[in-house]
Amino acid sequence: MIALIARELKLSLRHGADTVAALLFFIIAGTLFAFAVGPSPAILAGIAAGVVWVCALLAALLPLDRLFGADFEDGTLDLLLLSGLSAYEVAFAKTVVHWLTTGLPLLLIAAPLAVMLRMPETKIPLLLLSLVPGTMILSLLGTMAAAVSLGARRAAVLMPLITLPLIIPALIFGASAVTTAHPAAPLYMLGAMLAAALPLAPLGAGTALRAAAE
Amino acid sequence: MLQGIDFTLSEGGMLLLRGRNGAGKSTLLRALAGLTPLAAGELLWAEEPAVRDLPSHAARIAWLGHLDAVKPALTVAEHVPEAALKPVGLEKFAALPARFLSAGQKRRLAIARVAASGRKLWLLDEPTTGLDAASVQRFADLCTAHREAGGMIIASTHTPLELKDMQVLEL
Repeated sequence: MIALIARELKLSLRHGADTVAALLFFIIAGTLFAFAVGPSPAILAGIAAGVVWVCALLAALLPLDRLFGADFEDGTLDLLLLSGLSAYEVAFAKTVVHWLTTGLPLLLIAAPLAVMLRMPETKIPLLLLSLVPGTMILSLLGTMAAAVSLGARRAAVLMPLITLPLIIPALIFGASAVTTAHPAAPLYMLGAMLAAALPLAPLGAGTALRAAAE
Repeated sequence: MLQGIDFTLSEGGMLLLRGRNGAGKSTLLRALAGLTPLAAGELLWAEEPAVRDLPSHAARIAWLGHLDAVKPALTVAEHVPEAALKPVGLEKFAALPARFLSAGQKRRLAIARVAASGRKLWLLDEPTTGLDAASVQRFADLCTAHREAGGMIIASTHTPLELKDMQVLEL
C-alpha cells in the first residue's frame, strides 16, 4: 500500500494544478465573503470560522472527480483491483493521497485566510485543530462519494450531492469548536466521527470500486 | 450472457478466445480475473475455487485490458522496470513521458508490464491491437518464453496469431 501511495503522490505532484486550483479556490472564495459582508472586523470575526470551514469543504471537493475518474477511464482501476491489494486498501490509499495533496495544503493556508477574516489570534490554533480531523473526514467521505459516483453520467454533480449532506455534522462541530467557550466537546465529536469514518468510508468506497469494475 | 463455457488449461498452455464483436470475450476474461462475478458455474485453480478472495487470486494474474492503463505524466521507465523494455523495443524511450508514445507504443508498454509482472497466468484482452507486424512477433516471442517457463495465457484477439499447441475457444 505504501508503494501505491508513493506512486499516486508522484502522479498528483505531476498534476500539481489540481492542488493549486483547490488552494486558489479556497483563498478566492474566502475573500469573496469579506467583500460581500464588508470590512467590519466584528462581523468578519463572527463568521470567520464558518467561512473557513465551508471554503475548505468546497475546495476539497474539486479534485475528487479525478480521484478515481482518470483510473476508471484509462484502465488503471482494473490493475489496482488486481494489484494484490484489497479494494479497501486501494480506497484507503487514495484517501491518504487526497488528504496529503488537498486536505493538508488547505490546512496550511487556513491560518492566513483566518487572519484576513479578522479571526482573533487566540482562536486560530483551535481552528487548525478542528480542521485536522475535519479535512480527514472530508477526504474519507469524499473518496467514498467519488467511488460511489464512478461511471455515473453526472458524476461531477452527483459527488457533491452525496458528500455535502454527509459532512454537515462535521461542519457544525468543527465551526462550533472555534466559536464556543468550551471547545473540548465538539473536538471530541469530530474525533468520534473520524474514528467511525476511518474504517467505514474506505469499506464503502472499496465496495463501490468493485461494483464499478464489474 | 455466456453459457456452456468449459475448458482446462495446463502449465505452459495457451487459450485463444475468438468470436464476433460482443460475443463475450472481454466479459469472460474479466470473469476469469475475478473482476466480474460468475452468475453460475465454477472457476477452479488446481482443483480449488479460484476466486475465494480477489487479492489472492490477483496475485497469480497479469492483466491487460483493452485499455492500456498508461499514465501520460509518468515516464516509460516509471511504468515498468527498464529491463522489461528491451523485449518490446521501448528501451530507447525509457526517460520519455508516456504522453509522447504512439498508441502502438503504449500497447507495447502495457505488454511489457504484463511480461515483467512475474505472474503465472496472463489474461490479455486484444493484446495486439495497434501493433505492427514486428511488434506482434515480439509479443509472440514473449508469449512463447512465458509458456516455456510454465506460465499460462488466455487471450482474445482478432489478429491472426499462430503459436504452437494453442487451444482455441469459439464464443
